[in-house]
Amino acid sequence: MATYLGTVTKEAPSRGRPRRTSRWTYATLTLIVLVSFFPLYFMFVGASRTNDQIGQVPPPLLPGGNLFKNLSRVFGNHDANILTGLVNSLVAAACVTVSVVFFASLAGFAFAKLRFRGANALLLVIIGAMMIPVQLGVIPLYLTMVRLGWNSHLEAIIVPFMVSGFGVFMMRQYAAQAVPDELIEAARVDGCNTWRMYWNVVLPALRPAAAVLGIFSFITCWNDFFWPLVIMQDPNNPTVQISLRSLGTGYYQDYSQVFAGTFVATVPLLLVFIVFGRQIIGGIMEGAVKA
Amino acid sequence: MSVHVNPATATAGEQQVVAAPPAPAGGRRRRGRFAFLSRWDIKVSPYVYVAPFFLLFAAFGVYPMLYTLFVALQKWTLGSDIRLNIGGHNFVELWHDDAFWNSVFNTFGLFVFATVPQLLGALVLANLLNRINFGRTFFRLAVVIPVATSTAVVGIVFNQLYSTDFGIVNWLLHLVGVHPVDWHSSQPGSWFAIVTMVNWRWTGYNALIYLAAMQAIPKDLYESASLDGASATRQFFRITIPMLRPTIIFTVIISTIGGIQLFGEPVTFKTGAGSMQGGTTGQFQTVTMYLYQEMFERQRLGYAGAIAWVIVLLTALTVLINFTLVRRINSDK
Repeated sequence: MATYLGTVTKEAPSRGRPRRTSRWTYATLTLIVLVSFFPLYFMFVGASRTNDQIGQVPPPLLPGGNLFKNLSRVFGNHDANILTGLVNSLVAAACVTVSVVFFASLAGFAFAKLRFRGANALLLVIIGAMMIPVQLGVIPLYLTMVRLGWNSHLEAIIVPFMVSGFGVFMMRQYAAQAVPDELIEAARVDGCNTWRMYWNVVLPALRPAAAVLGIFSFITCWNDFFWPLVIMQDPNNPTVQISLRSLGTGYYQDYSQVFAGTFVATVPLLLVFIVFGRQIIGGIMEGAVKA
Repeated sequence: MSVHVNPATATAGEQQVVAAPPAPAGGRRRRGRFAFLSRWDIKVSPYVYVAPFFLLFAAFGVYPMLYTLFVALQKWTLGSDIRLNIGGHNFVELWHDDAFWNSVFNTFGLFVFATVPQLLGALVLANLLNRINFGRTFFRLAVVIPVATSTAVVGIVFNQLYSTDFGIVNWLLHLVGVHPVDWHSSQPGSWFAIVTMVNWRWTGYNALIYLAAMQAIPKDLYESASLDGASATRQFFRITIPMLRPTIIFTVIISTIGGIQLFGEPVTFKTGAGSMQGGTTGQFQTVTMYLYQEMFERQRLGYAGAIAWVIVLLTALTVLINFTLVRRINSDK
């Protein structure tokens, strides 16, 4: 994916009027980047100030020295249970990620490289499945979870999301071009059974796309708000997003604590973005060209 | 059997010939069973591999969808086992429900005011990103970083930025001599605030999608246009936009599906109790919030089921309208 970015973008069309254009371009882009960073920065400012300082006019624009005090208040808040929330979200997002990547690559491999009756019809069903909004099934899904005894349990936010139509489609597209047919044939001639072909040949070739799908799955699960709000109603066993909401729903608005909470909930994903930035950009852009 | 397939060597024909013999040498009398097993493997494996998706999709996708239709025809209180088939009564009630139509109006209003500037902004931003060489990865990452935040976080942070008494937005307005605006209680104010949240989060993401498509446009199109004396602006409207048509359609459909499901930002924009109400007069209550309210605060399962179906029909209808609209606009040029 990194090579893809490198080759395509090398010749950005900067001919014509070089200097002045690019100065304005950079000035505008810098302004946009500032807007893009500001709410995140402000979250940090709020998380490191006292409530009195947040309530001042003009509002504080520089970080204060209260971050650790606020953080300890967040973790000590028994209504929000944010530590449980963090662990729950981490476990759920990790399970969903592993499962989505595994099942999507397996099915994507089957659709791209194995011939079987009804493959096209089944693929159409998967594409259709991507279009269905969650709200449509939320009531029966809720009733099912209650009957299974999964409401307010982690199973409820893991099991329904263990597969993803988007994931299967993405893996199929990638496998179709990244795994040459000759490779499959050669493996077959060598006596590889289909499973070994997947495990030893296809999965290694799918690694870049699998990384991107994994990151997206993790982010989606970590940030999900609607379904956890429906099904994780026990305040003692929240996800991190639900903890955040509990922090904000008192009679007295403890803003510095709420900000510290949003900071805690966001930092893990910001780290993911910084570490895997290239792959994330490549994933968004590759997906666009294929779609 | 255990010959490792090396991508570099496996394509060469001789390699296969050399590698093939060990398999039968392993056990001649097991050959029949082997052949049977491998034929079985080739036939059945694909179905086994796609089965997990379809099993889970059937259980957590198709079944709930169909069951919602059944629920929508019932009078059914959440937590109760008693239900009464009342036919299409829920839909009739929905038709006359002002609060529901208010939420539909809000959802579409917010969707239009969010999507149009967002996609136009994304086009301009993509054009800027396409022009630079230095710091490419940095700028790309910087514009998508808002996607890392959750809707709940965005709602909470912007709620503070738009605070009437000590928010930054009103303070900036004060600096240029504008009176403080109550962003929460008025409809235009709250819509504006929510639209900025959505656009802050998604403009950069859409810009990257457009950027990818822009880079796939053949460069010689621009070269010959330049030779003909077409200005940069003219090239943008005459070459870039038409060539991006499939991508624009794609982003419009994705934004439509996302826009109609708008939930997290408006819910957390109002903190405290009654956050599903979407403001004191429901001025920013979306259909999904109304669904949640009917289901959990009023415990009317059947009615909520009817709302769910109407949401889906509205989504399908909007996708269809947008699809034809976007196609029309571009093919005129």
